[in-house]
Amino acid sequence: MKMLVCVKQVPDTTEIKIDPVKNTLIRDGVESILNPFDGYALEAAARIKDADPESEITVLTMGPEQAKAVLTESLAIAADKAYMVSGREFGGSDTLCTSYIISEAIKEIEKTEGKFDIIFCGKQAIDGDTAQVGPGIAEHLGYPQVTYALEAFAQEDGFVKVKKEGEDGDLMIGIKTPCVLTFTKPSFDPRYPTIKRKMAAKRVKIPVLALADIPDIDEGKIGLKNSPTRVKKTFVPQKKTGGIKIQEEAVEDSSMKLFQMLSDAHVI
Amino acid sequence: MTTNKTNDFWVLIETNNDGTAKNVGLELLTPGRELADAQGGKLVAVVIGNNIDAAVEAANKHGADQIIAVDGEEYKEYSTDAYSIALTQLVEKYGPRAMMLGATNNGRDLGPRVACRLETGLTADCTSLAIDEENGKVAWTRPAFGGNLMATILCPECYPQIGTVRPGVFKKGEETEPKAEIIKEDIHVEADQIRTQILEILQDMSEEKVDLENAEIIVSGGRGVGGPEGFEPVRELAKVLGATVGASRAAVDSGWISHAHQVGQTGKTVAPKLYIACGISGAIQHQAGMSGSDCIVAINKDPDAPIFDIADYGVVGNLFDVLPILTEEIKKSRA
Repeated sequence: MKMLVCVKQVPDTTEIKIDPVKNTLIRDGVESILNPFDGYALEAAARIKDADPESEITVLTMGPEQAKAVLTESLAIAADKAYMVSGREFGGSDTLCTSYIISEAIKEIEKTEGKFDIIFCGKQAIDGDTAQVGPGIAEHLGYPQVTYALEAFAQEDGFVKVKKEGEDGDLMIGIKTPCVLTFTKPSFDPRYPTIKRKMAAKRVKIPVLALADIPDIDEGKIGLKNSPTRVKKTFVPQKKTGGIKIQEEAVEDSSMKLFQMLSDAHVI
Repeated sequence: MTTNKTNDFWVLIETNNDGTAKNVGLELLTPGRELADAQGGKLVAVVIGNNIDAAVEAANKHGADQIIAVDGEEYKEYSTDAYSIALTQLVEKYGPRAMMLGATNNGRDLGPRVACRLETGLTADCTSLAIDEENGKVAWTRPAFGGNLMATILCPECYPQIGTVRPGVFKKGEETEPKAEIIKEDIHVEADQIRTQILEILQDMSEEKVDLENAEIIVSGGRGVGGPEGFEPVRELAKVLGATVGASRAAVDSGWISHAHQVGQTGKTVAPKLYIACGISGAIQHQAGMSGSDCIVAINKDPDAPIFDIADYGVVGNLFDVLPILTEEIKKSRA
């Protein structure tokens, strides 16, 4: 199986604080991490490789120079090769343009690496939370997709069984390669890198594809100016201010008071 | 697409396997009505499924001006391919101004596929909708950065403007006199065009489903419940209230309760009338999934727990002391 895992560097949203005066996000000093859902996608690919060591895992990211860190991390965890797409012309792309750029980059990389059987993505990135780039890549490549995947099992003859979170419970879906799978959080923890792999990852040369390196790309379909959606404004949501805090001496009294208040407010 | 043929607003009504409408579609007819009226268009419900008379009737009773129904065996189970073929074909034929889908697992699977095929903009997981005063486009507002930031998105030049909208944000309207013109569209999708198949239903929760998204009351447990048996008082309270049991990520990750119960960024987003958080500290990721609740009650030992910042009523105390008393009092009051 030849596998490609798309990863993104994101700010650790658990660390983001709000500037109480300016009412804006404080992004300085917030750690950049591998998007957790992409980590689950990488783990799913690694499990296929566990079962079939002949398999190969390539990771791809698009972003600024410093985003290379997530490729090195992915190499340390499970990947064999890495590619990066970077360039100012790509900046400001919305999900439609981003998925187009990535799909064109994939076609370009396939000229060197050969066709990928499965393209893995996280279901969404924790900064944008759109969940649109994975299906967008699938559409641009004309591939079938399974979203909300939990685990994938490679079968004979280019067939893949995918366990997914359905609306009414988990399902097992059959899909033919080539395909795109987007992953949500499974019940198991992704593996950690070993020291040995960490050392080796640092030595891997990561090719960077700029716009000029992807000659088939249509420049009229990329970047901010060609993105159909525009951010009109952003704002920090109004925090609900805390309501009534009940803290009587005896917990019985607190409990009774809560019951009384909820009854009076007709919420129970 | 760069043009629209009409000013109509479309709402996709997702159907269950038995042909009934999912709530979220009916909820979306509420904001759809306002937006369509504001722009002089019709409110159109698009119903795709198999044996969908019940869903069509429900859409008709919830204010649709027109209903476009696509009924066929191939739509009995949701598949990305069949649904995207049908929906894209309908959009190309009728050219609506805007389209809304529920931000369910299936809606978020279908939306990007269709938007991409039509080369138009899609805004995910919206929590509020308006018409932009400057240019008359839909102003889609959605949370990002785990709920730390809200962004208002426009799709200024492409049609239809598409958005997925979070379930539970809008309330289903009262039933009214049916008045819709019903159009039946016959769109046949060949079996080999559907490139995925359901091999096995691993767990069917449709009967006893943890339906957090449509729950009116949720009682949730977090790290403070201490173990699987700690959910007992939570379940007891949920039972007397007719509520659904939720959980924080800490409780799910500890293996005390299944992921299906999880509320928050990596779980479900909910907006019940009443949310009772028991032993949940209230990390931003949890808040992202429940802060839209009408009334929030927090029970926590730690007076500094962030959940108190957003709670309407907070009790500083041990949930194992508070819950049994609360449950007992509610039982008595209803006896």
